[in-house]
Amino acid sequence: MVVPKKSWLSLAIALVAVVVFTVACGDDEEEGTPTPSGATGTPTGLTGDLEIFSWWTTGGEGAGLQALFDLYPQICPGDVEIINSTVAGGGGAQARQVLTTRMQGGDPPGSFQVHMGHELIDTWVTTDYMEPLDDLFAEEGWNDIFPQGVLDIVSYEGHPYSVPVNIHRANVLWYNKSVLEANNIDPPESFDDFFAAADTLQAAGITPLALGDSEIFASTQVLETTLIGTLGADAYNGLWTGDTDWSSAEVTQALENLRKMLSYVNDDHSSLTWDQANQLVIDGDAAMTIMGDWLEGDNKAKGFTDYGWLPAPGTSGIYDALSDTFGLPKGAPNPDTVNCWLKLVGSKDGQEAFNPLKGSVCARTDCDASLFDEYLQSAAEDWQSDEIVPSLAHGAAASPAWAGDINDAVTAFITDPDVGTLQGRLADACVAAEVCE
Amino acid sequence: MAGEADVRRPSRRFRGRLRSLISEQAVATLLILPSVLAVVVFVYGFITWSSIVSVSDWHTVRADYTFVGLDNFRRLFNNFRFQIDIRNTVVFTLMFVGACLVIGFTLASLLDRHIRGEGFFRSVYLFPMAISFVVTGVVWRWLLAPRAGVNLLADKAGLGSLQYDWYTDPTVVHVTEGSRLGEALNFVHLGFLADANYGIPLAMISLVIAATWQASGFVMVMYLAGLRAIPEELKEAAQMDGANEFQILRHISLPLLRPVTLSAIIILGHQSLKIFDLVVSMTRRGPGFATDVPALFMFETTFQQNRFSQGAAISMVMLVTVSLLVIPYLIWSLRREARL
Repeated sequence: MVVPKKSWLSLAIALVAVVVFTVACGDDEEEGTPTPSGATGTPTGLTGDLEIFSWWTTGGEGAGLQALFDLYPQICPGDVEIINSTVAGGGGAQARQVLTTRMQGGDPPGSFQVHMGHELIDTWVTTDYMEPLDDLFAEEGWNDIFPQGVLDIVSYEGHPYSVPVNIHRANVLWYNKSVLEANNIDPPESFDDFFAAADTLQAAGITPLALGDSEIFASTQVLETTLIGTLGADAYNGLWTGDTDWSSAEVTQALENLRKMLSYVNDDHSSLTWDQANQLVIDGDAAMTIMGDWLEGDNKAKGFTDYGWLPAPGTSGIYDALSDTFGLPKGAPNPDTVNCWLKLVGSKDGQEAFNPLKGSVCARTDCDASLFDEYLQSAAEDWQSDEIVPSLAHGAAASPAWAGDINDAVTAFITDPDVGTLQGRLADACVAAEVCE
Repeated sequence: MAGEADVRRPSRRFRGRLRSLISEQAVATLLILPSVLAVVVFVYGFITWSSIVSVSDWHTVRADYTFVGLDNFRRLFNNFRFQIDIRNTVVFTLMFVGACLVIGFTLASLLDRHIRGEGFFRSVYLFPMAISFVVTGVVWRWLLAPRAGVNLLADKAGLGSLQYDWYTDPTVVHVTEGSRLGEALNFVHLGFLADANYGIPLAMISLVIAATWQASGFVMVMYLAGLRAIPEELKEAAQMDGANEFQILRHISLPLLRPVTLSAIIILGHQSLKIFDLVVSMTRRGPGFATDVPALFMFETTFQQNRFSQGAAISMVMLVTVSLLVIPYLIWSLRREARL
């Protein structure tokens, strides 16, 4: 091919122009001078930008985040400008995609919101993207303030990698008080009670259990609470370490309970989101729903007060926990400002400012109960005494790939409710995750 | 170099002309160069890259190009979700393309009668084509929601018994093993077909309705142009020979429209093989995996579970499937052009 010289020249010029442009644009996020003070020393006179990456945009979440931002200058004096980068939607799915691209491209934010447990560990820690936080935990005395269950979940090979700001509970059964009273039903504590109540309700023409699983985590959460309720805390924990056999008769019993539970849900569950399902409970078309305690915020927003709660069937005394945490990525700009942010996030002041707004309890065990509403007070009490297990549907119990396989198995179970098939697939998923043999 | 030798000999005038020709060529090359470069890098470059990723062991956020051969593909074809996706794609493609062809052709032959307000109807039927699949998905999601839309309309009209679950119906219609058909299949060693893996998920029908609503107008326009291109003389001659309307349609129009049908199948087929936006905005793969498709699986596997190699493997399978449809068509149409 004969290409005229001129065109090569202009091509070269164009290429140079593109490169210059990219470099010029890429620069602006790396400005800011690191402070002379030591990495974890007393933060005085911090300067530079601090970018906090999260999917908290609206409502209580956004307000809670803002409260933390407002507290930052008090705890971390200096001249730090906080950049609030949020990516809304999908329970964080969209935000995680943006984050992945940025981390892979060598452009980490100062700190980012991530679920505690394997979502953090298997995504970012084992791949060497995060700094361990041993010094910070020791300095702040967090090893005594956070419950051991939480310290285990945020740590990898004995080193903590993120600071939990809040705790949500996934195993809550919410019900419409009037509907249960009208049908002379006590809130069901065991599976037998639940199934008996469900039969009564169904006979009365009321949907016993509202479910909205257009986002599959809602079904996975029912699976997880059923596993906990049938197996108990220890055996449930063993599922994630390979100590409990996924092919065992106990798991079969749990899946049998799941199948039965799902036979009491609304027909249009796959077209609804969890909050639309809650609307059925609010309207009295359905009696109960199993959802994490962020549902309380939905009740409040909709002005509904006639609700009650108790642990999902069989799970009283167990706290199925998930948590939003923050860590320190390797190569984060201005690490001193980030360290101070982490200090704030784990502090009593920070957690007391954030959690009442977000509608979650403190990860710390020493928060002032009077700041919280009735539900959160009861949850905080349980948090102090209950056994803590990691949530599957929210990233704590299993790696994203393993959780994805379980999601797929549960999704297929909805159209083909065969317990044997589901159990086989769950066992396969454990093998694929290289936890089981 | 070769150009220079040529330039030296001819007359001045010719030389000038040649020079302007060369510079014209240079300008043309220069103008198309950016888009050629963009295509080379962003299409072929990334196809190559994806194919490399699809045979590597990259299953975390950190890239790992260790060669693992066809492991990813083997695992993929054993994955139950992918098997369901293949079934769904086949079901969707057949129903969608079939419905579009039938409806498009019917509308075209009705409009071909030179009815009054033809332009108006043509626009009405074609307009949905201008909407993006996302919008179509959202609108039909509302229309077919079991507690709203069409069902509510039927209810209000006193036809409450006509309620239908639409895209929330988890049923997969398939031949059951014990049934007479199942036994017959078993007899001819096709017993494996009596399985939900070879059935029709009813929720898919709602997706097909939405997609057909959008695309059948386009097919209509293609057929209409095709019908108008058929010489009147042929039809008149057939009429003289005593053929009725149906016979003219069957023996004159349809054979002459074969190229149009083929083009329509290719265009709709490759769209439906890689459909993503409609599913995401309308059914989100549910209920269960009744409306799941490979593109959605690829998206979730890659960007939510960070299994980049498996995602690349899915996209390679999709690329090959689409190529199987498009490449023969390209060869066929190039040959046809050469013949003309």
